[in-house]
Amino acid sequence: MEPYSEKVMDHFMNPRNVGEIENASGIGQVGNPVCGDIMKMYITVDNGVITNAKFKTFGCGAAISTSSMATELIIGKTIEEALTLTNKAVAQALDGLPAIKMHCSVLAEDAIRSAINDYLVKTTGTGLPGWKPHEDEACQA
Amino acid sequence: MSDKRIVYLDHNATTAVAPDVLEAMLPYFTGKFANPMSIYSISQDNRKAVEDARERISRLLGAGDGRIVFSGCGSESDNQAIIGFAMANRAKGKHIVTSSIEHHAVLNSCKYLQKQGFEITYLPVTNDGLVRPSDLEKAMTSETILVSIMFANNETGVVEPIEELAKVAHAHNAVFHTDAVQAVGKLPIDVSKMGIDLLTASAHKFYGPKGVGILYANRKVRLDPIIHGGEQEKGLRAGTENVPGIVGIAAALEKALADRESETSREKTLRDRLERELLARIPESFANGAKAERLSNTTNITIKYIEGESMLLFLNASGICVSSGSACTSGSLEPSHVLLAMGVPAEHAHGSLRFSFGRDNTDADVDAVIEKLPAIVERLRAMSPVWEDHLKEGR
Repeated sequence: MEPYSEKVMDHFMNPRNVGEIENASGIGQVGNPVCGDIMKMYITVDNGVITNAKFKTFGCGAAISTSSMATELIIGKTIEEALTLTNKAVAQALDGLPAIKMHCSVLAEDAIRSAINDYLVKTTGTGLPGWKPHEDEACQA
Repeated sequence: MSDKRIVYLDHNATTAVAPDVLEAMLPYFTGKFANPMSIYSISQDNRKAVEDARERISRLLGAGDGRIVFSGCGSESDNQAIIGFAMANRAKGKHIVTSSIEHHAVLNSCKYLQKQGFEITYLPVTNDGLVRPSDLEKAMTSETILVSIMFANNETGVVEPIEELAKVAHAHNAVFHTDAVQAVGKLPIDVSKMGIDLLTASAHKFYGPKGVGILYANRKVRLDPIIHGGEQEKGLRAGTENVPGIVGIAAALEKALADRESETSREKTLRDRLERELLARIPESFANGAKAERLSNTTNITIKYIEGESMLLFLNASGICVSSGSACTSGSLEPSHVLLAMGVPAEHAHGSLRFSFGRDNTDADVDAVIEKLPAIVERLRAMSPVWEDHLKEGR
């Protein structure tokens, strides 16, 4: 495998925003332990703005670093802005990921959407239109 | 990083060339460079070196009048044994039996033959990683021409009941191949006494150089070449002989077997202490295949609720080199096929580490892992949602 970038290693060794949020506005969980990665993301939303985000992740170095980066990228953003965040943007913010680890960035994007979906269901009764996690081509659980 | 002591516990992946092995090889890179196939006397010296190495290896493995064929690596020898045998003997039958825990060199050779119209049976293993001779017996048909079962597993170190399996194969007139890449140099092997017809070994697993392997073949076994060209190795393996490598593999095997008994017991003491201490210090962990006979240098430990690569990265940051499942599968995301075959659930197989000891390891290396790993596990579990769920269930 190609080596991880320094930024990936930094976010892996010193992950930002690890943990849980009590009374979170939204909680999302994606992935599957059989496939070797699960991300759980907590967000606090205040007036449509994500004011806090925390995560817990079971997975490889890329899974942990993309979770960490994803929380950094959405804190301070509006829901609408956070929904425009793509997996590629997460990977780019980490100076790239090895090709076989790109699915971890997809998981990070899904974790954000999953948490936002949960928030919308709780507050408006309807979630993100058509929301479902990406199929993980690397693992058929 | 550069001044940090490296704790290398991945000898099943590869070993360093032993200094005296290197010394034996060196003359054949420069002064004694001639092609052993040529007629002049400096070539004849090299031919003699190759044949001398062949004879010494033959004696060490109990090969009798069987052939020792030099190849480029263990994978090549496996391909040669399986594909070369199948192609030469397909008129007799098109069924091959192997196990579900083989190295990919065997598994993918079998998959290739499947595409060529052969039928392959992949035997299951017990939870301890053992192939049952009774399962082999049931799988044998009148079409079975070859049985290929590894001597010792690279990921768990579990040693298979080779003699019994060979007997079953022979009772059905099939030929028995064993991928002994992890066993040669670590276990006593006498191919004639054990009923092994074809055996694969690789120099770099026992302190020889990379790029040279051997295939032992019983004299009665017919093989087609898989590398076509000149008449080297009696037409079975074309290509100019890797003279330094061949000299190196013979020297390495001699040394490994001379030190074998004392070294295996020394490594077993280190391995057992590491295993005992880690299992005691890390809750929700277990050793795979520990109830079976194992290579004394290997332990494979599953640490539940966290993932192997994360542990490897943290261990690497502390200068500790181990592998997760198998280094061969690190390019894929699937958990170890060996552990899955042993019934380890996929979610737990992801969290497995293999430690494999070697000549240079000492108690200090064991101490380093015992000191670092439990803290790494705690740190990763603290951020694992699966560990959190486990704790909630326990409450």
